[in-house]
Amino acid sequence: MSSNKKYWKSVEELNENSSIVETLKQNEFVQEIPTDEFLGDKDKLESSSTTRRDFLKYVGFSTAAASLAACEGPVVKSIPYVVQPERIVPGVANYYATVIANGFDYASVLVKTREGRPIKIENNTLAPTHGSANARVNASVLDLYDSLRLQGPKKGGNNISWSDFDAETSKKLNEIKASGKQIALLTQTYSSPSTNKLVAEFTEAYGNVNHVVYDAVSESAALDAFQAKYGERGLANYDFSKAMTIVSVGADFLGDWQGGGFDAGYAQGRIPKDGKMSRHIQFESNMSLSGANADKRVPVTPTNQKLVLAQLHSLIVGGSVNANALPANVKEAVQKVASELKRAGSNGVLVSGIQDVNAQTVVLEINEALNSKAFDAKTPIKTRQGNAKAVQILISDMKAGKVGAVIMSGVNPMYTLPNAKDFAEAIKKTDLSIYFTMKEDETASVSEYLAAAPHYLESWGDVEFKKGHYGLMQPTIRPLFDTRQFQEALLKWNGNDSSLNEYIKTTWNAGVLNGSSFNKALHDGIFVGSINSAEVAETEEVEQDEIPASNAARALASSAKSNGTELVLYTKTGMGDGQQANNPWLQEFPDPISRTSWDNYLTVSKSDAEAWGLVNEHEATGALNGSYATVKANGVSVTVPVIIQPGQAKGSVGLSFGYGRTAGLKEEMQTGVNAYPLYKDFNNVQSVSVEKATGMHEFACVQLQNTLMGRGDIVRETTLEIFNTKDKHYWNPIPEVSLNHEETPVTSPEVDLWDEFDRSIGHHFNLSIDLNACTGCGACVIACHAENNVPVVGKEEIRRSRDMHWLRIDRYYSSEETFEADDEKKEGFSGLFGDNGSLGGFGELEHPADNPQVAFQPIMCQHCNHAPCETVCPVAATAHGRQGQNHMAYNRCVGTRYCANNCPYKVRRFNWFLYNGNDEFDYHMNNDLGRMVVNPDVTVRSRGVMEKCSMCIQMTQKTILDAKRDGREIKDGEFQTACSAACSSGAMIFGDINDKESKVAKLTEDNRMYHLLEHVGTKPNVMYHTKVRNTTES
Amino acid sequence: MKKSYQSQEVNSIYNMKQVIHRKLGINSLRLSLIFLLTFSTSLFAQDGDPVAGKSLFNANCAACHKLDKKMTGPALRNVEQRLSEEEGLDREWLYTWIKNSPSMIKSGDAYANKIYEEYGGAAMTPFPQLSNADIDNILAYTATEAAPPPAPTPGAETGTAQVEGGISNDIILGALGLLFALLAIALFLVNKTLRRFAEAKGVELESTKRTPIWKAFIQNQFLVLVSVIVLLLASAYFVYGYFMQVGVNQGYEPVQPIHYSHRIHAGENGIDCKYCHSSARVSKHSGIPSLNVCMNCHKSIYEVAPETQQEGLAEYGVDYNAEIKKLYAAVGWDDAEQKYTGETSPVKWIRIHNLPDFAYFNHSQHVTVAGVECQTCHGPVEEMEIMSQHAPLTMGWCINCHRETNVKVKDNAYYTKIHEQLSKKYGVENLTAAQMGGLECGKCHY
Repeated sequence: MSSNKKYWKSVEELNENSSIVETLKQNEFVQEIPTDEFLGDKDKLESSSTTRRDFLKYVGFSTAAASLAACEGPVVKSIPYVVQPERIVPGVANYYATVIANGFDYASVLVKTREGRPIKIENNTLAPTHGSANARVNASVLDLYDSLRLQGPKKGGNNISWSDFDAETSKKLNEIKASGKQIALLTQTYSSPSTNKLVAEFTEAYGNVNHVVYDAVSESAALDAFQAKYGERGLANYDFSKAMTIVSVGADFLGDWQGGGFDAGYAQGRIPKDGKMSRHIQFESNMSLSGANADKRVPVTPTNQKLVLAQLHSLIVGGSVNANALPANVKEAVQKVASELKRAGSNGVLVSGIQDVNAQTVVLEINEALNSKAFDAKTPIKTRQGNAKAVQILISDMKAGKVGAVIMSGVNPMYTLPNAKDFAEAIKKTDLSIYFTMKEDETASVSEYLAAAPHYLESWGDVEFKKGHYGLMQPTIRPLFDTRQFQEALLKWNGNDSSLNEYIKTTWNAGVLNGSSFNKALHDGIFVGSINSAEVAETEEVEQDEIPASNAARALASSAKSNGTELVLYTKTGMGDGQQANNPWLQEFPDPISRTSWDNYLTVSKSDAEAWGLVNEHEATGALNGSYATVKANGVSVTVPVIIQPGQAKGSVGLSFGYGRTAGLKEEMQTGVNAYPLYKDFNNVQSVSVEKATGMHEFACVQLQNTLMGRGDIVRETTLEIFNTKDKHYWNPIPEVSLNHEETPVTSPEVDLWDEFDRSIGHHFNLSIDLNACTGCGACVIACHAENNVPVVGKEEIRRSRDMHWLRIDRYYSSEETFEADDEKKEGFSGLFGDNGSLGGFGELEHPADNPQVAFQPIMCQHCNHAPCETVCPVAATAHGRQGQNHMAYNRCVGTRYCANNCPYKVRRFNWFLYNGNDEFDYHMNNDLGRMVVNPDVTVRSRGVMEKCSMCIQMTQKTILDAKRDGREIKDGEFQTACSAACSSGAMIFGDINDKESKVAKLTEDNRMYHLLEHVGTKPNVMYHTKVRNTTES
Repeated sequence: MKKSYQSQEVNSIYNMKQVIHRKLGINSLRLSLIFLLTFSTSLFAQDGDPVAGKSLFNANCAACHKLDKKMTGPALRNVEQRLSEEEGLDREWLYTWIKNSPSMIKSGDAYANKIYEEYGGAAMTPFPQLSNADIDNILAYTATEAAPPPAPTPGAETGTAQVEGGISNDIILGALGLLFALLAIALFLVNKTLRRFAEAKGVELESTKRTPIWKAFIQNQFLVLVSVIVLLLASAYFVYGYFMQVGVNQGYEPVQPIHYSHRIHAGENGIDCKYCHSSARVSKHSGIPSLNVCMNCHKSIYEVAPETQQEGLAEYGVDYNAEIKKLYAAVGWDDAEQKYTGETSPVKWIRIHNLPDFAYFNHSQHVTVAGVECQTCHGPVEEMEIMSQHAPLTMGWCINCHRETNVKVKDNAYYTKIHEQLSKKYGVENLTAAQMGGLECGKCHY
């Protein structure tokens, strides 16, 4: 049926004589199309020899040529060695033990190399000496392939040769020696016997040499306190596995406190054994990893922390300190903690992160008084040697023109000094400045000579981690560029012709090894010598003429005065002191607490944020935005974005170091705000004023849902008391479903839709994750990145929830004081409205508490035996293997993303773009150098395919093949995944559950074991262990 | 097209000989004549038999010595004469030296030490098993005069001259063609003549008006339909066939920067594949041997036997000796001075077997664990003058083999338990790779 309806586009059309209507009828477009604009110059077009026909011909030809060429395989060239090195077999990885000592991280590591390229950092299991590879150390292999590295020595911005460099610098050094001016060496903490010897020889050769050790993030106060008490510059060593009661006052000992590396010991004591586990009480202002893991966390401002410490001292050691200024709840907590510590006696330990000599003296005192087993002053940690005072004296000396030459290595003072401007002025007054650096960074711009330094994977060296515990650094690749180590330069200047490795060997044979084999030490990467007992006796003498400790406590208490808001400067797990800022893995690493990547930010408590009018908002796309705030202190003012941090002590704010760098970085990595200008007198606590600034900042936060909403079955937890007294079914029940109106456990076969496959033959892999041992450190996340060629997507893509991490560590806050209270509240909902109404109640549950409980949960593909993803794939690209792994055939995937939608764990990741070889993603996969880190055993995925955790099938397959080749059975512990191998706390255990004797098989029988979302019936091959909190106040 | 094929056929077998044999096959008669001539003039070659000496020389000395070329040891042509003239050493000295040179060096003999120093402190292996008579024979052989250089080999000419045989076929074919053409012309002429006769006799030739065959075809709709279907099916078959072979490079036979003959090395000389491709035992890659592996043999094999050379030129148009020179240039070996120059230029081989990156293949699994012969996948390499891709390397090809091949479980403790359980489950004596899990996606794709 035809219609006579007429549609009017405008009232004008009613008027039949309208000229406008007539004109519009003639012209298709109202406005003239600006063809000239995009066709450019008309004259040029006309004069062009390419006519339209020619153009079409070219298009046709090139299309035909391209499609023809696509049918042909490319010619692949293979270039073998001329002389193949004996140890290199193409396709077989070699491992070398070495150490990292970059001034911030010190660890003994194992480096995996393929065809001569280092591709992964692993823990050196031979070396329980000190620490293990954290997230930054795991990522450090990528720094080696940084495309912005300095490729050769420079003078005043121009390339010079090393021979010119040598000639010029030695001449100048000799002139300065003759003039009698000071030659200053400003270096990181090397803690290296050979470097110390070299510096001593250099001093002998050049006379007036001043060696200043500078740590960007200072531990000077603790060092001074230790030195005053024990006569040796070092830091007390703590073994938290020996402590049953751990009290920390502002020390993030699971993070980077005093060099870090305490998490493995801590985690040991956190796993309930025979009904016992350690109890951890944390007083702190910022929410730190340690606070998040604590059984009891008390938010206290830094000033009050001093009072807490002083009070604890008087309660434990004796004396009377006035701590009336403390809030009542804190005071009560302190009383209880003191009595707990006293009862624990030698099983207790106390640590503090307050940068105050008195505070640190008090800590040493208390631990001595407790006779703490975890406290060890005999083998002090040597990896922090910096002297804040000496640095400032050096700068004033330089300004006064007393310093002839300054030679810098492993430091970046122009970035890390609070008074960088002073330093810039001071360095101009020196006659010679030499800077050993890997980058043309901030300090490079003010230095005369730039000596290109190698990465630690290209270097020789040695480190004394703790007294008597040594590590050897050896190159794992030939220097990529024309570089030279600081130590090699010292050798040259000292007129010593031997190579650095020869020199180290001689030094070790003479002073360290005591007759042991150097080659064995080099192979192991570590050497533990006997500690000289005579020296220990000597230090005890010093002890006697120290200041009475109660004085320190009194001084500490009296220094506790606050002026307004207190800023606590800290280091983020991902970025540390900022020297790895050009590392895209670390930039994209979501902070364990805030889950935000690509930024640093001011952490503010909720009530303070409300008072200052600061907000965090979620965009419709699921991205997080936050207000800006201006932080002012001592004439320095910085504007930073704000994240409202649950658990932040009211009256305090937090800001991390390591960001805001601009020199020697790719544009994408120039993120965040530099906090070092606020770091006055190297004190991490500053009085500041905070004000709201205009604008909103766009964060790249990967987790917006911060609470569990009372879904306690996701992160199961209980208290030690219940764990010890009640039945498993009470605190770790198996979910039940109704079958014929009878509640039946979900694990029983009759409720299952699927027939069970027989998996009892061969290997059946399971991964166990102990929520008690997991500290949330994130080493596994970076290890997974490196092992599986996980691409970096960048801030914008993260904001669109397109992050590619195969392994994420979810962090949840409780909405009430505890998660248990959340569960109770949810259970108590009745009806929609009213006080107990679910409508308002769920809204309330969305908000974390002011001082919430925190839980970490690493989540990767759960490798479900009844996988929902497998059944929906239209092309069978994802399928199950007999060994329990959920396989993903990338070349088969067509990218429907059905699987991701059907996955209850949300662990599948889609490649929205081609991330490798694409300049739009300017991280590391778009240049040849950066691609050298790629693991050749794992496919680099392309655009349009789904990817996910493979349970490191390339590693399990390799283990199996090795065993087949040797014709032997596989022992427990041989099977590893990248994450389980990186986990030093023992939270992740991987293995074959068909091997009944294996650790993991026993863990499946553990009472604490549960599966994530068990009621869905997916039968995962990843299991979790219920978190037990030791809330009993003894 | 990126693939290039060499057109020669491999159809003959010939021997490659080590250089030590090279001058022997030329003319033994002439050799003995020369020997007779020199016998009277030579003071020293009193009682030796150069023919017996030759075989002794080849068995014992040739690894380090040549007659006219310095190698590991000095050139030995007329060594006795040279020693007596230049150093005043007699045959007795030579006896002692050959039988036990190290003791002579130790005893401080001047010339012994001199020669020891000259050759880099490498003492000559003592030969106590050689009798004086044997040594006489060898010396007699070394005293033979150098044979005149072989006449320049008419390589190129023989190359063309030898390709006969086929010509006679061509002639027969041509003659046949001509015959048929003549017949056709004759028939046409006969027909024409007959018509003319008929016309002349007034016979009416009835002219039949038949529809042409193409018209008849078009009018028959059924036939058109059937032939269209057949045509479509046929083209679909070919198009499918074409697309299925895209990326399948079976028969890929690129020209390599150095003409390396697997036929000579693996076939004639019977060198084990894994001597050169040693990493196949332990690694996922079989590995292209590094040039130092080539030099293990080619340090002493600096040219091929003349007949091999002849054959190479004739059959394949390849100058093998020139190819060895290419190797020397690449590895930086100065053949005259017998030392490495240090100037290397790595060889850019063209990779023949290109598995896509998303497929993981491990040689050691197949070679060491499963004990699969290299030829199973790579074909009769020992017959290939030019290496080519034998297998299609498609997934179907992999899987077929996994379905058919039994796992080699004997004496492998890894398999003991799993094989016992699995074979019981499947009720078979021997498990195939597929039953062992060799068809799972994730075993090769990750």
